[in-house]
Amino acid sequence: METLAVMKTAQETIMARIREALRLPAAKPHLKSASIAGTPAKASRPWLPDGGETPDVRLTVLTENLTKLKTQLIRVVDMSQAAAALDELCRAKQWKRLAYHAHTDTQAIIKSVSCETWQADAEFDKQKLESCDAGLTTCEAIVAQTGSIIVSSSTNGGRSLSILPHAHVVIARVDQVMGDLADAFVFIQQRNSDHMPSMISFITGPSRTGDIERILVLGAHGPKELVLILVG
Amino acid sequence: MSTPRSQFLSDAQVATDNVAQRGFLRQALGGYYVSRDVQKARYRDWEQARDAAAMAKWNAVNRLDRTLTTFATKFERNGGKIHWARDSAEAREIISKICRDAGAKAIIKSKCMTTEEIHLNDALEAEGYGVVESDLGEFIQQLRKEPPFHFVFPCMHLKREAISELFTKHLGTAATDSPEELTMIARRHLRQLYVDADVGISGANFLIAETGQISITENEGNARLTCALPRVHIALAGIEKVVERLDDLAVLLPMLATAGAGQPMTCYNTLYAGPRQPGEPDGPSEFHIVLLDNKRTSLLADPEQRDALHCIRCGACLNVCPIFKNIGGFAYGTTYQGPIGSVLTPHLRGLQQWNHLSGASSLCGACTEACPVRIDLHHHLLHNRRNAVLAHVSLFDRLFHDVFGWVIGRPKLFALGGKAFRATLPLLKKLPLPYLSTWLKSRELPEAPKKSFREEWKRSQS
Repeated sequence: METLAVMKTAQETIMARIREALRLPAAKPHLKSASIAGTPAKASRPWLPDGGETPDVRLTVLTENLTKLKTQLIRVVDMSQAAAALDELCRAKQWKRLAYHAHTDTQAIIKSVSCETWQADAEFDKQKLESCDAGLTTCEAIVAQTGSIIVSSSTNGGRSLSILPHAHVVIARVDQVMGDLADAFVFIQQRNSDHMPSMISFITGPSRTGDIERILVLGAHGPKELVLILVG
Repeated sequence: MSTPRSQFLSDAQVATDNVAQRGFLRQALGGYYVSRDVQKARYRDWEQARDAAAMAKWNAVNRLDRTLTTFATKFERNGGKIHWARDSAEAREIISKICRDAGAKAIIKSKCMTTEEIHLNDALEAEGYGVVESDLGEFIQQLRKEPPFHFVFPCMHLKREAISELFTKHLGTAATDSPEELTMIARRHLRQLYVDADVGISGANFLIAETGQISITENEGNARLTCALPRVHIALAGIEKVVERLDDLAVLLPMLATAGAGQPMTCYNTLYAGPRQPGEPDGPSEFHIVLLDNKRTSLLADPEQRDALHCIRCGACLNVCPIFKNIGGFAYGTTYQGPIGSVLTPHLRGLQQWNHLSGASSLCGACTEACPVRIDLHHHLLHNRRNAVLAHVSLFDRLFHDVFGWVIGRPKLFALGGKAFRATLPLLKKLPLPYLSTWLKSRELPEAPKKSFREEWKRSQS
C-alpha cells in the first residue's frame, strides 16, 4: 500500500484527495435571495454598476469613468483630427520617441507627428522600447461600466508596448465602446472562439499604487499617462 | 521555548501598547472606508452581487475535481505546462528546477502570497539566484527583510520617513518626504531589472476552467512587465483559485477591486492563455503553472468550512477587523493575516498549535459582512474552537467541568459551594489563578451579593 502511494504522481494524489474530500456535500452559501437565476455573470448584471443601454448613455458613463480614473479622453470626428491630436500630444509632452505597432489606424495617425516613430513588431529590441516615451496601440474594445480598455497580445502590439513606455496612447472608434464586462467577455469569446491570444489585458486607468501611506501615486511601474483618442 | 501561542500573546501585547502605530493604521485605512463606500454605492445591489460572487466560487470549489481537470487540460492545449505540488517543498523544487533548466540568473517577481506561503525566495536565493520583488510594497518589505504586514497592502505600517531612510541606505538615493518621489525611485530602480530578468514569477487570482486562462489582478503594472519581458513565466497558484467560466470574472473582478481597495476595477486585470503565440511580437517562450495543494484538500474535506476556499484574497476582512486594527499584521505570525488567516492557518499548520487565533476575534462579524464571496468567517472561528476542544481537552478544563458537573447535580452541595465562593471572592481576586487573573487585568469583579438567588427567592415567597 505504502509503496503504491509513493509511486502515485502528485497529480494523482491531489486529484484523489479532492474526490475523497468532495464525497461530503457542502451547503450553499447563505444568500440574500433564495438562489440566483442562471450563471453568476447573467444573474449579477442588474446588480452591478450600470454601463448604459444605448450608445449615447454608454459614452456618457464612459466619459465620467475615464475622468475619475485620470485617463485622458480626446474625442475627434475623423482620423485626420486624430493625427492632429496625437501630434499635439507629442509636442505638449515633449515626447522624443513614439513606438507603435503595424495597423491601418496607428499608421494613419503617426505620419504627421513631429517626433521619432518606431515600429515595434516581431522580435523587437526591448531595450529600445524601454527608451521610448510613449507607446501607441489600437484596442479590442472599451467597457463603459468600468472605464476599461481591452488590449490583446495578438492584435494590439503584443505584451510590452502597452505597459513599458512611460505613456500609453490608444486609438479607438466609438463603435468599440461596450456596456459592461459581461458584454466584453461575450465579445472576447466570440472573437477568439477556441484560440485565445496569449494575453488579454483590461486596462483601467494609468498605472497606480497606494503602497506608501495609502496615498495614490500614478505611474508605479506601468504608464504614468493613459490617453484614449476616440474617433467618431 | 516560545510556541506560536506565546509568541502571539507577547507580540500582540507589544503591538497593542503602541498607540501611535494603531492611530497610524486607522488613519491609513480611513481613505479606504470612504472610497469603498463610494464604489459600493455605484452597485445597483451590492448584497445580491455578493450572492453571485459567492455562487461563482461555490460552483467551482464544490466541483473542483472537474473544474481543475478541465483547467489543466485546456491550459496545456494552449501551450503551457502544468506542474502539481502536494506541498511547499515539492512546489519549491519544481520552481527551482524550471529556473535551473532555463539557465536563469536573475528572477523578477510580482506579488504572490502563495510564494510567501511556501517561502520561495529563501529557497531560490539559497541556490544563488537574485530574486527581486517588483510590487512596490513587497519591494520595500524585501529590503527590510520583513514579511508583508497585510497581504494586500504589504507595507501599510510604514511611514514615508522610514521608506525614505530605507531607500537611502540600500539604493543611495536622497531623502524625500514625497510618496510620489519615493515611488519614482523604485520605478527607476526596477525598470532595467524587468528587461534583464530571465524568469518572471507571478501568482494567479483566478484559473479559468472554461478557457484554460489565468487571470492576474494588479494596480502597478509590475505583473504585466513580469509576464511580458522575461523569457520564462512561472505562475504559482493554490488549487482553489479555479472558476468555471470566463464570464464569472464579470462579477468577481469588480467586486475584488471594490471590497479590497475601494476601486471600481483594479488597474490591470490580465488573462494569460499560454506562452507567446505565432504572430505575436513578444512574450515568454515558456509558460509554467504550479498548482499547489499544501493542505487545501484537508480544508476541502471539511464541508462546514469549505467556503473558506472561496477566498479571493481581497483583504476586506482585515481592513474592518478590530483585532487587526489593534494588533497589526505581524503579531499573527502567519502568511495570511486577519480573520481569513485566523480561519485558514489552523487548517494549514495544525489546529492545536494555531487555535489561539480563533480567539483573536471579538466575534463582531464585521469580517463576514465585508466578505464579497460571503465566507462565514466569524462562525468558522467558533468551529475551529469547537474542533480544537473536541480533539484535545486540557486537564484543567476536564477537571473543572467534571467537578462542576458533579457539584451542580447535588443542590445542597451547590448551595454550600456558592456560599463558600461568595465568602472567599475577595481573596480569589488576589490569587494568581489561571484564566481569572488574566481576565481581571483589565476588569473589575463585582461585589458578591450577601445572599444567593435561591435564598432571595425563598424570602420573597414567604
